[in-house]
Amino acid sequence: MSQKVLHKANTRKHISHGWLDSYHTFSFGDYYDKERMNFGVLRVLNDDTVAGGKGFGKHPHDNMEIISIPLEGDLEHQDSMGNDAIIQQGDIQVMSAGTGIFHSEQNKNPDKTVKFLQIWLFPDKKNVQPRYDQFTLKLDDRKNKLQQILSPNPDEEGVWIHQQAWFSIGNFDRGINVNYTIKKKGNGVYAFVLKGNVTINGQALEKRDGLGIWDVEELKITSESDSEILLMDVPMQIQ
Amino acid sequence: MKKIKILTIGRNAEIAAVLLRLINSNQAWEGMLALNDEEAKKLFAENSIDLVLLGSGIEEESERILRKFFTTLKPGIIILQHFGGGSGLLKNEINEALAG
Repeated sequence: MSQKVLHKANTRKHISHGWLDSYHTFSFGDYYDKERMNFGVLRVLNDDTVAGGKGFGKHPHDNMEIISIPLEGDLEHQDSMGNDAIIQQGDIQVMSAGTGIFHSEQNKNPDKTVKFLQIWLFPDKKNVQPRYDQFTLKLDDRKNKLQQILSPNPDEEGVWIHQQAWFSIGNFDRGINVNYTIKKKGNGVYAFVLKGNVTINGQALEKRDGLGIWDVEELKITSESDSEILLMDVPMQIQ
Repeated sequence: MKKIKILTIGRNAEIAAVLLRLINSNQAWEGMLALNDEEAKKLFAENSIDLVLLGSGIEEESERILRKFFTTLKPGIIILQHFGGGSGLLKNEINEALAG
């Protein structure tokens, strides 16, 4: 029987460090709530706003698949593998931290904020060779349909990661209906509303609400207003 | 108050040093660091360790041997795999493990 967990936008933990304003869906940093630890292998979903010219200085990661999805502004990435790149809306960035990587993420513009989603998934294998990748997606390919932006397979659309996970984004006009079939048995979907109002399998959702659904094969999505959603199809068991 | 003694083991010296610094920044915790298996066994045997934190790069066979060594010497010892390599999850992981 289908199961679900609803995380209303206003139940997320709000953190403000001056230069960084963030809403944490799951426990992170000093925020600890044993009821909000993860959804399957999805461990971190931070909705970050970084002030102009500021950012995350050089810091390490290991054994985690880290995905950044810019929503507004320009984010400059530098890492210990020599990568130096800027990502902006329509791009997706992935780091497989594996045995270890140092990186920084800075707001490129001194006078504009940058908004992005910082998403961490547990990897399906430990101690992989660190890697970085980014990909520019065609925004038209998500208009009134779901656009795959991430998968476990290098040959599929979008970036790839070390996990049996698939991400999709859709930008919908009001009244549009779409179905989504879960990619792999044992996976669930965490839906995060970026904009507008949607109904998923009968559950009404507003901007920045999150809905996790598992033990189900298909999602029925209705766009109740002009809307945008991110679907994260992830294993429910941590390997 | 008795501090929780945490032995951190990792192969990436820079990241392990960051983890050690983060652990020692908590007044309730006392961290120790080992970059190789022999050092880890020695520190574990000579100190009353409450929690072992496994960092990145530890080979499967090493991890198996270390786990056996620790649990033989101290059955019930908490052995925790760390994910993320920094401040994001560390405090959560340790607090959750200590809470049982």
